[in-house]
Amino acid sequence: MKALREPTVGRRLPLIDGIEKVTGRATYTADLRSRALVGRILRSPYAHAELLDVDIADARALPGVIAVITGADCDKPFGVLPISMDEYPLARERVRYRGEPVAAVAAVDAETAERALALVRLRVRELPAYFSAEAARAPGAVLLHDDRGGNVLREVHDEFGDVDAGFAAADLVRQACYRCAEVAHGQMEPHAALAEYDAERRRLTLHSVTQVPYYVHLMLARCLGFEESQIRVIKPFVGGGFGARVEPLNFEIIAALLARAACGTVRLDLTREETFLTHRGRPETEIRLKLGMTRDGRLTAAACEAVQRGGAYAGYGIVTILYAGSLLHGIYDIPAVKYDGYRVYTNTPPCGAMRGHGSVDVRHAFECLLDAMAAELGLDPFAVRRPNLLAVPTQTANGIIINSYGLPACLDRVQEASGWKWRKGHLPPGHGLGMACSHYVSGAGKPIHRTGEPHAVVELRLDFDGGITILTGAADIGQGSSTVLAQAVAEILVVNLDRLRIVATDSAVTPKDNGSYSSRVTFMVGNAAIDAARQLRNVLIEAAARKLEMDVDCIEREGEHFRARGIDGPGLSFREVVAAALAEGGGITVKGTFTVPIEYQGGKHRGGAVGSTMAMSYAAQVVEVEVDADIGMVRVKKVWAAHDCGRAINPLAVEGQVQGSVWMGMAQALGEETRYEAGLPLHVSFLTYPIPTIAESPPIEVHIVECLDPNGPFGAKEASEGSLAAFLPAVTNAVADAIGLRMTELPITPDRILDALARRQREGRIAAARGAAS
Amino acid sequence: MGMILSLVLNGRARTDLVSDNLLLVEYLRDLAGLTGTKRGCDGGECGACTVLVEGEPRHACLTLAARCSGQHVETIEGLGAPGRLSRLQRAFHEKLGTQCGFCTPGMIMAAEALLRRIPRPDDAQIRAALSGNLCRCTGYVKIIESVQAAAGDIV
Repeated sequence: MKALREPTVGRRLPLIDGIEKVTGRATYTADLRSRALVGRILRSPYAHAELLDVDIADARALPGVIAVITGADCDKPFGVLPISMDEYPLARERVRYRGEPVAAVAAVDAETAERALALVRLRVRELPAYFSAEAARAPGAVLLHDDRGGNVLREVHDEFGDVDAGFAAADLVRQACYRCAEVAHGQMEPHAALAEYDAERRRLTLHSVTQVPYYVHLMLARCLGFEESQIRVIKPFVGGGFGARVEPLNFEIIAALLARAACGTVRLDLTREETFLTHRGRPETEIRLKLGMTRDGRLTAAACEAVQRGGAYAGYGIVTILYAGSLLHGIYDIPAVKYDGYRVYTNTPPCGAMRGHGSVDVRHAFECLLDAMAAELGLDPFAVRRPNLLAVPTQTANGIIINSYGLPACLDRVQEASGWKWRKGHLPPGHGLGMACSHYVSGAGKPIHRTGEPHAVVELRLDFDGGITILTGAADIGQGSSTVLAQAVAEILVVNLDRLRIVATDSAVTPKDNGSYSSRVTFMVGNAAIDAARQLRNVLIEAAARKLEMDVDCIEREGEHFRARGIDGPGLSFREVVAAALAEGGGITVKGTFTVPIEYQGGKHRGGAVGSTMAMSYAAQVVEVEVDADIGMVRVKKVWAAHDCGRAINPLAVEGQVQGSVWMGMAQALGEETRYEAGLPLHVSFLTYPIPTIAESPPIEVHIVECLDPNGPFGAKEASEGSLAAFLPAVTNAVADAIGLRMTELPITPDRILDALARRQREGRIAAARGAAS
Repeated sequence: MGMILSLVLNGRARTDLVSDNLLLVEYLRDLAGLTGTKRGCDGGECGACTVLVEGEPRHACLTLAARCSGQHVETIEGLGAPGRLSRLQRAFHEKLGTQCGFCTPGMIMAAEALLRRIPRPDDAQIRAALSGNLCRCTGYVKIIESVQAAAGDIV
């Protein structure tokens, strides 16, 4: 079949739901109009305590209060990973961080609900609390969870290749310690849920801000003791995610428990402060990294230890600590790699997955040390990377198969665009250029729940009106997944986009999807959409062939028109072909699926599933900075970002994703940090958690590198996460270029710069004094 | 305490009985049903609730509804017309000035105030005018391009 039509894939198309967003018609969870009770959560003021009694009698007696619930209302722990479900929606027996939900109220209005919270009395016995990984791991520390000795959720020890031999073969071995602060997603939409309980039929409908409606569905059933069929989960428009909502969260289950207790509908809109407390951000991470290198820049070995302060509950913690080690691989060719990881429980809000899950802080350390060693050997930062590039196809030591590798092209593009060769080393004092690379998975190869089902399912429905409905469980959270799926379907079916409509993320209607995380949607759901569209295309061609009494091989397309090759005449309109197709048996639904083949599901070693993927994205960045040494301020003047996303199905959307992730990397590198004082979160508003404004945000020039992957949909790979990690080391290296200081702590705030400058001055004076004395 | 509030909302006069501590954002969302105005923070931090009061950008979460008595209030729903996006709405849509869309209504209203004041703003003027509006998705690059595109558009 030949299709005469401008392709849809590769076009710079606006979002298919963009008009709703610019007109204010897009309905987010908090916008749903419903006669609902108002829910409020009572949170623990203690960082670590035994809960002796939660007295709700007075709260329950307050007029206007419909329901009050506590940990006694749910004895099933939940968690996104089946192997570490250690959290109750409302604390039972013990509270483990300040802000942990203890009780919840549903009342006729907000004022009544808040008055009721004030009437709940807690009786506790306080326990020692630990706010750093070091304190929690100290001998004799009280265990947060009895089954996890040393307060370590998971230790990882991997060694691939002979690390000792690698270091022995090196001309230069260097070791450094890096510390990256904990950060939060800061998505613009605060958490919210609307739970409707139909008491007569014992059915629950939950609207929530989630990225993972299916996992929320499973945990609602578990915590309510319902069958999954009694529950419906709907994701309306979602105002950003970045990983904040990639696991079931306590407030979603609390909303459902409240609705059931109240036999009605409960709205639970969290404040910004509560949204910060719910957290799941990137953990504070301490990294000890050792690299070995030959004189000409060839890496011989890497040894990395990472310690993550995980917070009070597991969440994705086991995956995060595994990713940190797994993604040491897959970007450069390193003969030997050793990794030791420790995920530690602390009395702080639970950490989770955040854009670039697990990889970001380790990549920062790696690229910073690489830069320092290159400088010591007199090698250019670009020159030190090129001898270490992979030769693809290849399989990494930890079992990841890599078929496409656009990193060399990314390096060339940003080196050229930034004028690196003639500008590096020739900028005015206080100005600097730095570069770094990064990569990320295009969907986790091994699913969390090993049900045997496909990794992704998409359905296409065609009926009398000639419109095609895409049914998908994939959660569009603003990244544009619905747009990309529509483009994929339009491309294969050779139809106009306005013939398509998309119905997404309503468990009563749409096929199950694992959710929007690990950059899986374009790759996996995209491939399933292509499969579905091919099937529907065949149905239409067969119908056209029947109608024209021709062989299917003779059917040609001209846009939406069908005709027989070599035969004059009007051919068939799309509607005529649809009518012919439906004549056989009425409305048609086809189902497309995608499954990651087993060889792409990771190495056989323990934890080898994490980091497994069918394709990696690659990124290289150059950052130009100006450092004001008087006030310690780092200003980013410009960023050149190259990203290998395979085929850019929508280059406009790819640019948006790359700019957003580079910028989010900047936010982490230069300012953001969630700090605690005795477990009390200090950064629970946008006034204290310094998300960059438009005033301090630099121009970001995006260079799309299309190194097509044989397994990607149209050759596409991920575009939304991989670029984040490169920014942190690139800016740190640029600061080193500007003022000669290699910063090892993030964020690089003015006080850290000033401290480092003062330290250097002091050391200089001491050295001079010693020199004078000798 | 309640009071009678009369104002002009998106060009139409309306009168409501409101409590005198009612915030403008609550008035718009809960009474008038205009949920395009978003609440992204606990007060004055993010700009998602930016609306125009007498043509000036205002945080609806820091403004008492009662203070708008007799004034013109404009929200995202008041821009453009059915089937005809405003120049800023069209530019934000076509240039991808919006991703998740949550900051978008406030961002567009702040930009609308700017373009009414300065029809052809330069980069620094755009940055100054939108510096009270946070966006977590775009890195602001395409927001600036959207405002520039709208400014270059013939109305």
